[in-house]
Amino acid sequence: MRIVIRGGRLIDPAHHVDTVTDLFIAEGRIAGIGRPPDGFAVDRMIDARDRIVCPGLIDLCARLREPGQEHKATIASEARAAAAAGITTLVCPPDTDPVIDEPSVVELIRRRSQAAGQARVLALGALTHQLRGERLAEMAALEEAGCIGVSDGGRPLVNTLVLRRALEYAATFDLTVFLTPLDPWLGHGVAHEGRVATRMGLPGIPAAAETGILARDLELVRDIGVRVHFGRLSCARSVDLIARAQAEGLPVTADVAMHHLHLTEVDLAGFDSQCHVRPPLRGSRDRDALRAGLASGVLGALCSDHQPHEPDAKQAPFGDTEPGISGLDTLLALSLRLARDEALPLATVLERLTYGPARILGMDGGHLGVGAPADACIFDPEIDWRVTADVLRSRGQNSPFLNWELQGRVTHTLLAGQIVYEREDNELPHSGRSATVTV
Amino acid sequence: MSTADIQLDRQGRLLHFLTVEGLSHRHLTEILDTAESLRGVAERRVKKLPTLHGKTVVNLFFEASTRTRTTFELAAKRLSADVLTLNIAQSSTVKGETLLDTLQNIEAMQCDMFVVRHQQSGAAEFIARRVKPHIAVLNAGDGRHAHPTQGMLDAFTIRRHKPDFRNLEVAIVGDILHSRVARSLIHALNILGAADIRVIAPRTLLPIDVENLGVRVFLDPREGLRGVDAVVMLRLQKERMEGALLPTEQEFFRRYGLTEERLALAKPDAIVMHPGPINRGVEIDSRVADGPRSVILEQVTNGIAVRMAIMSITLGNHARPAGENA
Repeated sequence: MRIVIRGGRLIDPAHHVDTVTDLFIAEGRIAGIGRPPDGFAVDRMIDARDRIVCPGLIDLCARLREPGQEHKATIASEARAAAAAGITTLVCPPDTDPVIDEPSVVELIRRRSQAAGQARVLALGALTHQLRGERLAEMAALEEAGCIGVSDGGRPLVNTLVLRRALEYAATFDLTVFLTPLDPWLGHGVAHEGRVATRMGLPGIPAAAETGILARDLELVRDIGVRVHFGRLSCARSVDLIARAQAEGLPVTADVAMHHLHLTEVDLAGFDSQCHVRPPLRGSRDRDALRAGLASGVLGALCSDHQPHEPDAKQAPFGDTEPGISGLDTLLALSLRLARDEALPLATVLERLTYGPARILGMDGGHLGVGAPADACIFDPEIDWRVTADVLRSRGQNSPFLNWELQGRVTHTLLAGQIVYEREDNELPHSGRSATVTV
Repeated sequence: MSTADIQLDRQGRLLHFLTVEGLSHRHLTEILDTAESLRGVAERRVKKLPTLHGKTVVNLFFEASTRTRTTFELAAKRLSADVLTLNIAQSSTVKGETLLDTLQNIEAMQCDMFVVRHQQSGAAEFIARRVKPHIAVLNAGDGRHAHPTQGMLDAFTIRRHKPDFRNLEVAIVGDILHSRVARSLIHALNILGAADIRVIAPRTLLPIDVENLGVRVFLDPREGLRGVDAVVMLRLQKERMEGALLPTEQEFFRRYGLTEERLALAKPDAIVMHPGPINRGVEIDSRVADGPRSVILEQVTNGIAVRMAIMSITLGNHARPAGENA
């Protein structure tokens, strides 16, 4: 199908483009910008006036809960939610059940996501067998099966010798290793160790639980030279450690989860289990440093850290609830809020959601240059909407952002040149265009 | 919405008693004064008041307890309520029933008050947010967060011996980190205007930024105990040794245990308190625990009056139609 996206404000951070123009798509790729390629016959015109056209979002961490926890969500349910949120690529960590430590699981995920047909789902393979941190996983086989990298799956390795060997082995096959630094012993609590946890009597997780492991891992990277991506950093000091390592030329990148840019430990008031996350929400100084790190590029990507849950998982006293936030639905609008808060420019925010993660993954995508895969997101930045359970597309409705008033709604999502989502105008009962607010 | 907000109605009256934090001097004084007037009931021939006649109080104990549970039971019975005690630690939650299921089942039995003890911080508030509006929830201890009736009975006991809070200096000694008793007492004393609240413990038993609660920190009891009016010793759990928080009970006693020599640093008329049950020779010497300055058993007696007071106040506020002032 040949599509023209007419009159939108094209923001393509990879090419420093921010201009009102037309975008021509043919055979699943960008065929022309501004003027059509020779002989282009339009099958479908999308009117994008007053809208922003950007590359489809790439989410570096989304738990889809399949296989193993289909009572929480499925690949199909979450791919549908992703499409409605302008997200075209989802990276799925290996802590599924069974664990992604053998090709058959990768194959299952591929088949399910192809059947859903609404988002690219990229699997991260396990670094160790069963993610137990004892024996290496068959990383070469996982790579052949299509894994885009290997990961600790949110279960940091305690045994430093096994970690060192896993990093060396991954480097052998030029695989990027995705790690989540959190000391399992120091990380035993449920809230940031600070004044709020002290007051509420919640067992704390000190910043050193993250920075200690991060410093150790960086020393191993220095010896081995392996490419490592650190996911979901939560502390100001972690941003410093990454910045210093990058300045020294170590091949390391990092990301931050959306909720760590908007919420702090103070939001735990009233023991709100929707704010139970790992790593925990930290202080406002940490939040500000994470925003600054994202602006400077030390943190190269912004992700949802999507963890959909069934309602029961959050219906218990704080410490008995499962950590995690359902984040796909609010990813774009909360990003736009960062731009409105002037935490960082709009083009930079979009870069951290598109080209930034694409580079971390080493994939061709995240940009809209001629010849690139036509994964695109079209959104109206002025649509006001209120986050309510009935507008969330994810099966998980566990969001601390419920009842927040946000701006910006996706109108179309294109995946490899196919329209996988198109917003119907009467869909949002609470929405309305506001004429005054601009991004 | 914060915990302080949910336990009050729109007129600022207590509907639940979940935490001392955020309450006013007026709330606390009302509780203490009511407790004072109820203290005499136990000395009567008929130890009963009709206040809660026809009401049903359910003790929901998700964590083992003897003393607290018993005093809550007695308090409810002396107010003529029907009392049911459920030790859920051993029953339904073990069978996989969720807290919410348990709650709804008991609610269906038409109760008026839940007294809740649970190992998780925030559990009583979790329940208070979900019960039917006519039910009052009293927190009998949630994780490390709060044990507000204990905090109030401690404040009550102190007030009986040292009525002038403006000059009051109190030292709380021991495992502050895990102690809901310490947190509730600290809040109560601050609201009542105590002059100086000190916590004394090794660094491993102090929560981070504890000064923020409005206390002064002392690592050395020889400094911290100097000149205080009341010494509150906290119970030291045996698990603390396994968690590498302390080397041995013996070393803790040598450095922090309340002996007659250490107590001599306090004011000559200083009182010695302990929420119980006490570990003799671990946090407190028997001679001090059983000595003339000890008010530990008086605390137990006072606990009944304070709990009666809180029960009558909260259920009384529930009975009053909305909008009517006390």
